[in-house]
Amino acid sequence: MIRSLLSLALGASALATPAAALAEPLPADPLGSPMWEYHAGKLFAGAPVVFDPRVMVALPMLTENQHVMPVTVDARALNEVKRIVIFADLNPIPVAVEYTPLAAHAFIATRIKLDQRTPVRAAVLTADGVWHVAGGWVDAAGGGCSAPPVSRVRGDWADHLGELRGAVWQGADAIRVRMSLRHPMDTGLVENIPAYNLEQLTVSDAHGTPLARLVVHGSVSEDPVFTLMLAPAAKGELAVSGRDTGGLEFGGRLLPTSGTRIAAAVAR
Amino acid sequence: MIARRGVLLGALALPVIARAQGFAGAYAPAAIAIGEGIWLVPGADEALEPSNGGAIANSVIMASDAGAIVVDSGPSLGFGKALAALAEQLTGKAPARVYITHLHPDHSFGSAAFARAEIHSLPATRTDLERDGAGFSDAMYRLLQGWMAGTELILPQPAAADGVVTFGGRRLRLMALSGHSAGDLAILDEASGTLIAGDLVFHNRAPTTPHADLPAWHAALARLAATPHRQCVPGHGPLDRGSTAIAQTGDWLRWLEDSLREAVGSGLDMAEAANLPIPARFADMAMARYELTRSVSHLYPRFEAELLPRIDG
Repeated sequence: MIRSLLSLALGASALATPAAALAEPLPADPLGSPMWEYHAGKLFAGAPVVFDPRVMVALPMLTENQHVMPVTVDARALNEVKRIVIFADLNPIPVAVEYTPLAAHAFIATRIKLDQRTPVRAAVLTADGVWHVAGGWVDAAGGGCSAPPVSRVRGDWADHLGELRGAVWQGADAIRVRMSLRHPMDTGLVENIPAYNLEQLTVSDAHGTPLARLVVHGSVSEDPVFTLMLAPAAKGELAVSGRDTGGLEFGGRLLPTSGTRIAAAVAR
Repeated sequence: MIARRGVLLGALALPVIARAQGFAGAYAPAAIAIGEGIWLVPGADEALEPSNGGAIANSVIMASDAGAIVVDSGPSLGFGKALAALAEQLTGKAPARVYITHLHPDHSFGSAAFARAEIHSLPATRTDLERDGAGFSDAMYRLLQGWMAGTELILPQPAAADGVVTFGGRRLRLMALSGHSAGDLAILDEASGTLIAGDLVFHNRAPTTPHADLPAWHAALARLAATPHRQCVPGHGPLDRGSTAIAQTGDWLRWLEDSLREAVGSGLDMAEAANLPIPARFADMAMARYELTRSVSHLYPRFEAELLPRIDG
């Protein structure tokens, strides 16, 4: 009886050990966010997490417009980045973007809505299964997610829906891609306007091979804009394709010389 | 024990990150005599902050036989009251006429303190305040808390127009302009040769652009430069006796537009544009990086829409 109890205990502890090793305790949040453990539990699901200064999250010195807060994540100092997640702890739609840089550098810039003062962070997953996290507090007036978009107030959102703009700039180490889409990016938190947002965006090469893939949520700003950096192999024409939560599909082509032409047009 | 220490450290860290609640102080606006019967009440060359109570814009007090004339009533009821008392002390007469140069709340929110005065603005300013007043009020109370106590926006009468006004024997030439906003009132006090430019002109303090129309602003600056005057009171920054402020404002606005268009042309995003180097000639300009960051927010999407080509055709 004693032996069987002992073996039972041993068995239990033998089972418990690998589980405990998997679920490492979360590091204490340097930002002291009340939502850190909640979001970390959902996003990282027990995977190892480190706060890492090699993940650079550039936030503006002030939030001039809580509907359009620029955020740039540069994790090129890390090797083998598999995913970049941008999230704001205290937003009603916390995750803004999940980026998979297939043949791209670990760099993304976009603009998000803020519903109040909140930590804004990037979590970067490397091939070894570790999440590298960085970010900062951003002060913002309320209502970024719960006030209607400008085009809804103006009433012309449908006239421009799906207009896609963009260009590429060829560099020695990377090809910079910028894309913007006219879209109201409705959060679903405004009375009588259901959620309606861009949800997928992919950049592919001329053969249709995806090079960079984005999952986009309603907390990205109205008329979303993305800046990515592709590996220099993507020299030729690129294709952009996207889909919104209404099933509407968007697409366009980026010519390799497009950036040079704009640069020439604005040269003084 | 280690976990417990972590909790404690977390708790200790909180007050550092949280904005200090702070209590409002008392306004003490000071006047500088800048001519016969005219005083400048300088604002702090800072952002709207609890430390300055929002008193960041310049106001002007003028004496007249009919009562004091005040240009721009300040950010709050408390400031307006202090400004009204100062005007009465300096001129010996209570304020009888207030001009509001444009809609922005650091200039227009103290008007309730001038209950016995006529409060005039350009019609466009009145329209702007009818649209944006409630939003400004929310933002001002959020930023300045107790300093705003009791403040309610009093809409000005849309009675100001281009032309000469004689009030209590004082001749003022009003100019109906735009560019910093949809309605920018500039006033030339003929007796002292003082051009009161509102926020069309900034001096050693970076211009702000939340409602800017840049071509209209340059046109307004050209008209101000062509208006003979002895000295210029900018909306923000020190009195200009050397006619540098108008040129400096135009210089900044041209640099801002050219730089942001070039930034779009070279593929930069907003955060990168806000980190562009600021030329050495603006080194003495207060709030330059802060206002560049704000202007990127105001102007960058416009330039992107104009310059990035459609790729879905």
